[in-house]
Amino acid sequence: MPATFSSSRILQPVRPLFILVSLLAALALNFLPTSAWSWMPDWVALVIVFWSIREPRRVGMGTGFILGLAMDVADSSVMGQHALAYVLAAYAASALSRRIMWFPLGQQALHVLPLLLLVQAVQFAVRVVPGVTLPGFSYFVGPLIGALLWWPLTFVLLLPQYQPVDRDANRPI
Amino acid sequence: MEHQPPPFFKRGPAPLAQLSFYAALSLALIFIDSRFQTLELLRQGMSLFTHPLQQAAHAPADYLQNAGSYFSSISHFQDENSRLKRAQLNGAETLLRTRQLEAENERLRKLLDVKGRQQANGRVAQILYAARDPFSRRVIVDKGQQDKIVAGQPVVDDAGVVGQVTRVFPFVSEITLITDKDQAVPVQIVRNGLRSVVFGLGNGQLELRFMPANADVQKGDLLVTSGLDGIFLPGFPVAKVVQIERDTSYSFARIYCVPLAGVENFGEVMVLDPREPIVLPPQLTHETATTLVKPLAKPGAKKKRLKKE
Repeated sequence: MPATFSSSRILQPVRPLFILVSLLAALALNFLPTSAWSWMPDWVALVIVFWSIREPRRVGMGTGFILGLAMDVADSSVMGQHALAYVLAAYAASALSRRIMWFPLGQQALHVLPLLLLVQAVQFAVRVVPGVTLPGFSYFVGPLIGALLWWPLTFVLLLPQYQPVDRDANRPI
Repeated sequence: MEHQPPPFFKRGPAPLAQLSFYAALSLALIFIDSRFQTLELLRQGMSLFTHPLQQAAHAPADYLQNAGSYFSSISHFQDENSRLKRAQLNGAETLLRTRQLEAENERLRKLLDVKGRQQANGRVAQILYAARDPFSRRVIVDKGQQDKIVAGQPVVDDAGVVGQVTRVFPFVSEITLITDKDQAVPVQIVRNGLRSVVFGLGNGQLELRFMPANADVQKGDLLVTSGLDGIFLPGFPVAKVVQIERDTSYSFARIYCVPLAGVENFGEVMVLDPREPIVLPPQLTHETATTLVKPLAKPGAKKKRLKKE
């Protein structure tokens, strides 16, 4: 299948501060008191996957590890549970980053879905060893919703990089 | 090595090397945390960073809740007020007599030369939120190391036992509810004094395990803490038996209970002071120390007790 993704827009370079802010915002979204709804997507995983695909040289496994530890502390789960899941997801996302950009957003979301499922599955695998039961299948609905959020997420997180609409003849690009 | 051209872009270590480093680090953390529980200092340090962010995230929800109670009508509060007054009056005569009974009990215990019962003291804590971990049932309360909370303290509410403090942070602490999977509370049936241990099932129910199929347990039996664990004071209501399955193909009956306390509710709880350590007579300390700390009575012992009754 030929690559069909074609964008007429040229993006500005990303600002590191914006990456940091978006990661912190994702952390805050995860900290919202939504523990009763197990189908809530894991925002941190989603944003880490996004930046690992877009900017694999800035955001990667190190970022995933640190944020994973923060999630473990806030979640009071086993230390390293989120960290391992995010590190694996960041690795897979950065490995995918070369080809995934050639696909339209819908097919990108299909690429992202298994990564988000991997995040949940790794966490479940870590906890199933000391003996927990699956907290219902809605636990795996979160990644599905997260993959559907790929469209708005791409729009929102790329918004600061869009070129201004007014054209300037003196600008090189 | 020297003949290779210099790298165009600085990329750091190879992705696979990074992956193996971070994965090994996470696996080591998982192993250490679940086996040795020695990472509490790291956890407390990280919580100093995550706690303010968590509070900021909870602020909008708190505002909404406060606004909701601000706009709830006067009649609602009047209703609640009259209901609470009635409940207090209903409980008043038992409460007033309890004080007298406790004094009498104390006096009789002194006469019999039995050690007095420890008074239940504690401090009120507010449940802030349920922990996000979907695999366990834990809540976070607003008292921590600053209020001299230590891990292991029992937690009760106005109806019964809620759980136990399992982790303490500088400003908050974490309570594992009795409905958490395999959380055990040593209990006693009020009707006949039968001792057992009640385990959480992880789905909001509790199970009385290792009771023989012919054990004297009935639907509606009230379970209170037996106090044999040295953690909970005896006599706090824990659960009520709701369902008994006696199947002869299993050696144990399946006895399901529901907690009496509002375990899944949000509100105020009482964190009880740690219990005084049980002092054993010197000749007993050596032999029975282990059996007293672990109150998992063997089923054989229970059968004997049943026959006696």
